[in-house]
Amino acid sequence: MAKALHRLANPARFLRIASPLLPWIAAGAAVCGGLGLWFGLVGSPPDYQQGDAARIMYVHVPAAWNALAGYAGLAVASAIALVWRHPLALVAARCIAPIGACFTVIAIATGSIWGHPMWGTWWVWDARLTSVVVLLFLYLGYIALLHAFDEQETGERAATVLALIGAVNLPVIKFSVDWWNTLHQPASILRFGGPSIDPAMLLPLMLMAGGFTLLFAYLVIIRMQTELARRRVMALRRAALAVSQPGDA
Amino acid sequence: MPDLGAFLAMGGYAGYVWSAYAITALILGLLVVASLRARRSMRSSLDEAEQASPRRRAR
Repeated sequence: MAKALHRLANPARFLRIASPLLPWIAAGAAVCGGLGLWFGLVGSPPDYQQGDAARIMYVHVPAAWNALAGYAGLAVASAIALVWRHPLALVAARCIAPIGACFTVIAIATGSIWGHPMWGTWWVWDARLTSVVVLLFLYLGYIALLHAFDEQETGERAATVLALIGAVNLPVIKFSVDWWNTLHQPASILRFGGPSIDPAMLLPLMLMAGGFTLLFAYLVIIRMQTELARRRVMALRRAALAVSQPGDA
Repeated sequence: MPDLGAFLAMGGYAGYVWSAYAITALILGLLVVASLRARRSMRSSLDEAEQASPRRRAR
């Protein structure tokens, strides 16, 4: 496994393996998303308490799950970058961050829209909502640190450390609904005793979650292709500069 | 197919449900478009840099 990962960590090999997967991932995301929308908006019953407002769940929950999973990916990639100094891990982390930030914004916005009719308020500063705002700032802080230094490596090191420290926030988000009093409802899928949700609602939720996850993967690969191309452009330009000004290198 | 008007009304929650889905679609759509555009422009920069490179390598 470690060896296989190591082999995949070669950028050229990564591109050879990931690029042909892209159309399949895109097709999977479209199929899951399309079916999820159909079952979520048409083929599932309204909630017995929340009525049709509960349908916001089918975009809110998958976005929130992916925001969390994306940060876990960012932290793992950062750990690999720090310990084994794999350049590809840094590329992956750098590409995950803006996508994770967008999914976090979706989770916060749709959650706020859902909160207004159900809780009577757009926003409360309770543990779950606050820890997700912290998640957004961790993503944004990571991106800001990457670009805060003239020397690219200095920024990467600072951002990597922030990514690892910020991982503490993940269990806080997950268990915030159990540890503190909050308006946010507790977990109904990943809980002891199995999901507490009707199968007719679980199906569109899982389809949308699958679609969002595949879309996340699709975007990560697209952005990694872009970042690897950018690094090659930089290397070629440096090489060209070294040839044109031999004394200066 | 159920009644279209009832479907769009979302049991009185139309504003909430449709705005949540619209915001999601808007953000995801912009993210996909921006990512694909960035890749296209970076690939053309790479082509240029490879053309201009003194040590052109066949790839």
